[in-house]
Amino acid sequence: MAEDGRDESLATDDESDHTAADGSSSLTHTVMEEDSTLLRRMEICVAEAEKRNGKNTVNMQETFTVYLVETRPMDAVAEGRNQAPDSLWRRYSEFELLRNYLLVTYPYIVVPPLPEKRADFVWHKLSADNMDPDFVERRRVGLENFLLRVASHPVLSEDNILQLFLTEEHGWKEVVFETGFQAKAESRLRALSATFRVRSPDKRFMEMKHYSDELQAHTSQLLRARARVADRLYGVYKVHGNYGRVFSEWSAMEKEMGDGLQSAGHHMDAYAASIDDILEEEEHYADQLKEYLFYAEALRAVCRKHELTQFELEVASQDLDSKKQQHEELSTGVVRTFSFKGMTSKLFGQEAPEQREARLKQLEDLISEGEEDVQEKTAECDEHVERAWLDMQRFNEQKDRDLREALISYAVMQISMCKKGVQVWSNAKECFLKM
Amino acid sequence: MSAGAPRCLASSGQKPIAEILHPLSAAEEQLSVSVAVGGDTEAALTNGAPVETPSPASTSSLFNRLQLDDDLEADAGDPYDEAAETRDLFVTVDDPKKHVSTMETYITYRVSTKTSRVEFDLPEYCLRRRYQDFDWLRIKLEDSQPTHLIPPLPEKFVMKGVVDRFSEEFVETRMKALDKFLKRAADHPVLSFNPHLNTFLTVKDLNKRQGLALLSKVGESVKHAAGGYKLRARPAEFAAMGEYLDIFNQKLGTIDRIAQRILKEQSEYLTELREYGAVYASWAGSEDELRRPLEGVGGSVTTCCAALEDLGDGMSQDVLPVLREYVLYIESMKNVLRKRDQSQAEYEGRLEAAVLRKQEDRTPMPLEVEKCQDKVECFNADLKADWERWQGNKRHDFKRLLTGMADKNINHYEKCQAAWESLITLLQDKQTEGKTSETT
Repeated sequence: MAEDGRDESLATDDESDHTAADGSSSLTHTVMEEDSTLLRRMEICVAEAEKRNGKNTVNMQETFTVYLVETRPMDAVAEGRNQAPDSLWRRYSEFELLRNYLLVTYPYIVVPPLPEKRADFVWHKLSADNMDPDFVERRRVGLENFLLRVASHPVLSEDNILQLFLTEEHGWKEVVFETGFQAKAESRLRALSATFRVRSPDKRFMEMKHYSDELQAHTSQLLRARARVADRLYGVYKVHGNYGRVFSEWSAMEKEMGDGLQSAGHHMDAYAASIDDILEEEEHYADQLKEYLFYAEALRAVCRKHELTQFELEVASQDLDSKKQQHEELSTGVVRTFSFKGMTSKLFGQEAPEQREARLKQLEDLISEGEEDVQEKTAECDEHVERAWLDMQRFNEQKDRDLREALISYAVMQISMCKKGVQVWSNAKECFLKM
Repeated sequence: MSAGAPRCLASSGQKPIAEILHPLSAAEEQLSVSVAVGGDTEAALTNGAPVETPSPASTSSLFNRLQLDDDLEADAGDPYDEAAETRDLFVTVDDPKKHVSTMETYITYRVSTKTSRVEFDLPEYCLRRRYQDFDWLRIKLEDSQPTHLIPPLPEKFVMKGVVDRFSEEFVETRMKALDKFLKRAADHPVLSFNPHLNTFLTVKDLNKRQGLALLSKVGESVKHAAGGYKLRARPAEFAAMGEYLDIFNQKLGTIDRIAQRILKEQSEYLTELREYGAVYASWAGSEDELRRPLEGVGGSVTTCCAALEDLGDGMSQDVLPVLREYVLYIESMKNVLRKRDQSQAEYEGRLEAAVLRKQEDRTPMPLEVEKCQDKVECFNADLKADWERWQGNKRHDFKRLLTGMADKNINHYEKCQAAWESLITLLQDKQTEGKTSETT
């Protein structure tokens, strides 16, 4: 089943792939890749959510939600053994920790995003409350999606910390901190500075960065516009409910027209009520868009990492060049560029030969250090470029597939909504005809 | 398109009110002149047949269309329809034209008449009338047929700053209402024989008569003021009519408000939907593989916007005016009820006075009292008949209105559905294309 990853991404019966313990449906698009690794060996799902009370870091009482992560070896599933899954509870902050770790450890990978921390892009009917059961449910689905994406990534799925996340409930956090990944995290200021000052970044990466800006802008625009549309459509449907009431009242005073009006009124009530389910379903589409809104950020992060490594390489090279130049000037006595040393030499005469020798030796040491440094940084930069380019292409293909699926399923939703509309109004019309 | 040779009708022509037979009476045979005139789409209107035919494209709307026709046949038992099928007077209002003169600008409408009645010298007439002329006719009808319900006219005054009196939409709506007015009058077994209606349909120049209308209106109000009799007890059925009208008025007002609110919400929805579609189009610009699907979705959204616009136009042109018209109709009906009450009061007053005198000096019942009694009984009979006719009209009109509204909505959803279905086909074709190219 996991083998035909690609075919499954095009078929519409994805529900069978996600046999979540509680039978609820995951997002309608598949996340299985062709070369899924961890996912081939293990079935993963986020089955439930529960409220817990506990003390937070500043020792204050708080209520938070935990999610049940269940795993089962794939061969058990294939053989039909009804083995109970292993499970542990994780809260959102632990997912965040995992992701941050992955971001730092694999800076050349477009790391899958987490579902949003707080409800955003809501239309008025949906609450922005983090404790709201609908929000918690959608977040559960989003967390499961995150795990499935990570577990099916050719590089990320091999990570030890990830595997421990899925299997070791207690003490996992300590293990993560022990890796010291936080020290490797880039400071934002450094990264920003690199963006502005880098001289010749890889053109492809610059294009990709520009694209990530576009992707982010468009998805967020679309999400906002969709929320406004949903708000308005809700209004239209609900006002029709008033017809239901007035037809019912009117029918009471009519003889021949009464029955027809009364039943038509019921259909108008049904019409008004139908919008709730329609918009609830559409939230899945919004979630799919949101995932790629956040993915854009991850893509940009990879491009920024490139800028950083390239910048550091440039700085190291510049540094090396300037030292080589200094060495040359000192050894040949020819001053090509203005320097205070040169000026003072001119004004106060050259320094003593022993000092000069010492300086030259010092420079030579620095130069050889610098050359090593440049070599290292070049390797780092090249390696990042190579790996990142590979993953960005994988990401692009995945994005094209997923969003295409999402658009198709959106169209299917619209068709279903139209069919319901035709049905209700046809029913009402039959009632009117009987008037 | 000419009618058959005019035939002599037994009881047609001018008659005093009291002599005109009740339309529901056995003497209905006299109206059964069978004149076959083709192309009576106008006739179909008052019968309650749909004006707009749903698109035959989908089988469901085809089925519905057939259903409606069946239903019409089933209504044949209604006496109103029987009269309609044996109609011999056909009128139409169409072809609005603007007239500009130094004094004023106004619109005229073409009024066409086809008839086989002897009261008319010619079988066909065609002349132009403006709103003023319709108003004149209505006043004359009210005066000369006080016991009958006169169909309403669309509103006379419109706020010049707010509504464009010469916009296509306004003129179209008004013309449809005038057409309905005239058809209702022409279909009424009593009103259609009114000489003023005849004049309206046949005489080119109505101008001289305008002055008379004013005078008669004044006269009428003076007469009413002089009446001053108090009604003792209103018969139950007329009281019930009054109550019905009040409640119905309320309900109509509510329905009108709901319809307007829906229009408003839909228009706001449309604004957001347009912007929404535009985002897809702009996103498509930055994508490769996804460009076609995104453009496709944007296109479908745009199609839905157009469909929504049509729906809104249809509602404001066909639904709202009819609701307003019935509010006016209710006003007319209430007026007639009031007049009936007054004539009954007058009769009761005179009767009481006469009885007292009779007791005193044994004179026979004065003639005026008997005349009054006749008048009241006639009034009651006419009113009852008109009430039945009005109820029948109302049922037909609202049936047509509401089924029309349902049809418009069905049509809207069908259009949207088609737009999304064609998108899926387009995208799935691309998909199979892609698949085969990958496997090769």
